[in-house]
Amino acid sequence: MKFTIQVNEGPYQHQSADTAYHFAKAALDKGHEIFRIFFYHDGVNNGTRLTTPPQDDRNIVNRWSELAREHDIDMVLCVAAAQRRGIVDDGEAERNGKDATNIAPGFRISGLGQLIEGGIESDRTIVFGD
Amino acid sequence: MSKTKKMMYINRKAPYGTIYAWESLEVVLIGAAFEQDVSLAFMDDGVYQLTKGQDTSGIGMKNFSPTYAALGDFEVNKIYVDKESLEERGLTLDDLQHLVWEDEDEDWAEKDSIHLVSRAELSDVLADQDVLFNF
Repeated sequence: MKFTIQVNEGPYQHQSADTAYHFAKAALDKGHEIFRIFFYHDGVNNGTRLTTPPQDDRNIVNRWSELAREHDIDMVLCVAAAQRRGIVDDGEAERNGKDATNIAPGFRISGLGQLIEGGIESDRTIVFGD
Repeated sequence: MSKTKKMMYINRKAPYGTIYAWESLEVVLIGAAFEQDVSLAFMDDGVYQLTKGQDTSGIGMKNFSPTYAALGDFEVNKIYVDKESLEERGLTLDDLQHLVWEDEDEDWAEKDSIHLVSRAELSDVLADQDVLFNF
């Protein structure tokens, strides 16, 4: 089955970032396909490489990046949500005159159309959040 | 993309206090360009999103409620409001904005967008969808 996953909550603040990850991993392990993981609302904070959790805790951001690398998953941060919350890639830094970037490997910033497309192209769209 | 799916956006939260309502509306507006069979549901505190006469001057936030009136122009004209959620909050249909759309098949006749439905009826509408986006 082909899934699109939407993550609406930030890492560490809310369990949905963890649950979405575990769901994605379990689906892949079962041989399912993930068309896209779309991060919205505070969920875009899953995609900043500047997080530094305590050493004895899970590293949620790195975990996503590794999942994307291992399984070649398309992970998209909503551009409007990312701009509000200061998640920046090279293109956004240039467009908006920012002096730094913080996007983590494996993520890209794009529009909400990517979420709708995921809903159209996938067999199931699963939303994680409140 | 030739597929047309039934897509419903479910709105369950108050318009202010969190950003869910506003960012949900942003998805609806962008999604309208994809020519899908779109509908919206408002339940729980989400019914407050449609109330008329919203005034945000005291909290320094943008009042985005006028945007709902534009949904008809985006061919988003199936708006389901959970009757019990209204009643639980002491609200009636009169407390909500009068949202309309123009039916081009009937000489642009103005029609109501809001459908007041019982929880059981709304449950049937939800079951009929291909994609549910929950906000």
